[in-house]
Amino acid sequence: MKIFSVIIAVAVGVFVLLGYFIPASALIAARSVLVSWAILAGGFAVLVGAMNLAQVHFMKVRRRDRSWSYSLLLIISLLSTLTLGLILGPANPIMQAVVQAVIFPVEASLMAVLAVTLVYAAIRLLRRRSDLMSVVFLASAVFVLTAGLALPFIGQLPILGDMLGPWFSSVLVAGGARGILLGVALGALTTGLRVLFAMDRPYGGK
Amino acid sequence: MSNLIGLGIVGLASILLLAFTLIKRKSPAVFRNINALTRLRRAAGLAVEDGTRLHVSLGRGGLLTPNGAGPLAGLALLRGLAEQASVSDRPPVVTSGEGALSALSQDTLESAYRAAGAEEQYQPINGRATGLTPFSYAAGAMPITRDEYISTTVLLGDFGPEAGLFADAAERDQSLLVAGASDPAAQAVLFASASDALIGEEMFAAPAYLNTDDAQRASLTVQDILRWLIILALLGLSAVKLLGIA
Repeated sequence: MKIFSVIIAVAVGVFVLLGYFIPASALIAARSVLVSWAILAGGFAVLVGAMNLAQVHFMKVRRRDRSWSYSLLLIISLLSTLTLGLILGPANPIMQAVVQAVIFPVEASLMAVLAVTLVYAAIRLLRRRSDLMSVVFLASAVFVLTAGLALPFIGQLPILGDMLGPWFSSVLVAGGARGILLGVALGALTTGLRVLFAMDRPYGGK
Repeated sequence: MSNLIGLGIVGLASILLLAFTLIKRKSPAVFRNINALTRLRRAAGLAVEDGTRLHVSLGRGGLLTPNGAGPLAGLALLRGLAEQASVSDRPPVVTSGEGALSALSQDTLESAYRAAGAEEQYQPINGRATGLTPFSYAAGAMPITRDEYISTTVLLGDFGPEAGLFADAAERDQSLLVAGASDPAAQAVLFASASDALIGEEMFAAPAYLNTDDAQRASLTVQDILRWLIILALLGLSAVKLLGIA
């Protein structure tokens, strides 16, 4: 059984990969069918993920783990939102209100917490790791922020805002980012090939 | 033309990967020192000894996106860590922000325990989806460090700026944090906030530093060869442009 899953995974991977590079109509058609199946399976996986989430928190409530009351709140919210969604449909104004008045603000507040966290982390960076790269990192961050600053009445800072800032972003920052992305792309390529050749099998087996 | 170049690079990488995997090395592989991974190896051993847990977080998903290789590298690392921790009373806990990824993490944990001969220790509940949007995933995974005796947190996968929240939680709970992400914005956040950040391709090298797998080592060699080829191509094309040939 395991060998069949490996053969299917490898064959699908090869077809999809070739479909990207070789513009043969049969390959492109096969690729689009396989990718649409993957998207369908991905949609089902969301349901699996939600069930897994509920299961974890149900166990926390049953065992009276630390912070179990939050888990209970999560299960109640999950079930009530699911029931409402199934009865009313996702386009219903009540469902829209749940998304816009609860989920969006909660995520936005976490974003705000993140902004504070990052400022705090930047302040503490030199205490945690006082090396040349940390100094360069902090100096670059301060420089880019200052160059992008718009003051009342003056607008952008002269020279810094209209010459040095754009040069810094388009030459140094873009060059560095491309270097990092090239490294990531090479890593991604070999990782993908290891999975494609079934050397790594995260789908069970090896 | 660009399709042909792409196919050529993938073909060359495939041939090199298969060749280096099949060729048995006579001398042991020598790795460049990456502090974060040295510390991780030590911390994984210590966690088994002092009865604490490892928390491996694979990111918010994205298996069907161009960032899908990050979580796959995370799963390869998880395989090695889980096998190492299979003798521990407290098995590693794995979190992710996507259903498919949580299923894969459960599969990886199960196969690691099976390989270590400790199948009875495997509990599916240790592979969890903690939320299905980036911030709900982070909010669900953060308390695990505090609530479940975590001594080391590993972030390896597809993260965005929300990785900063993990770093803050790990620091508050005095847990070692080793983190790598494929997104450059997340890498910048992690460089500023994590105790040990993996930059660029270092995150893809992590499994090779913990596993003794020939394929993992071969993929590092292939990356090095391709990197040199890209450097030579960049220099050559710059020279050609400078001389005004093309």
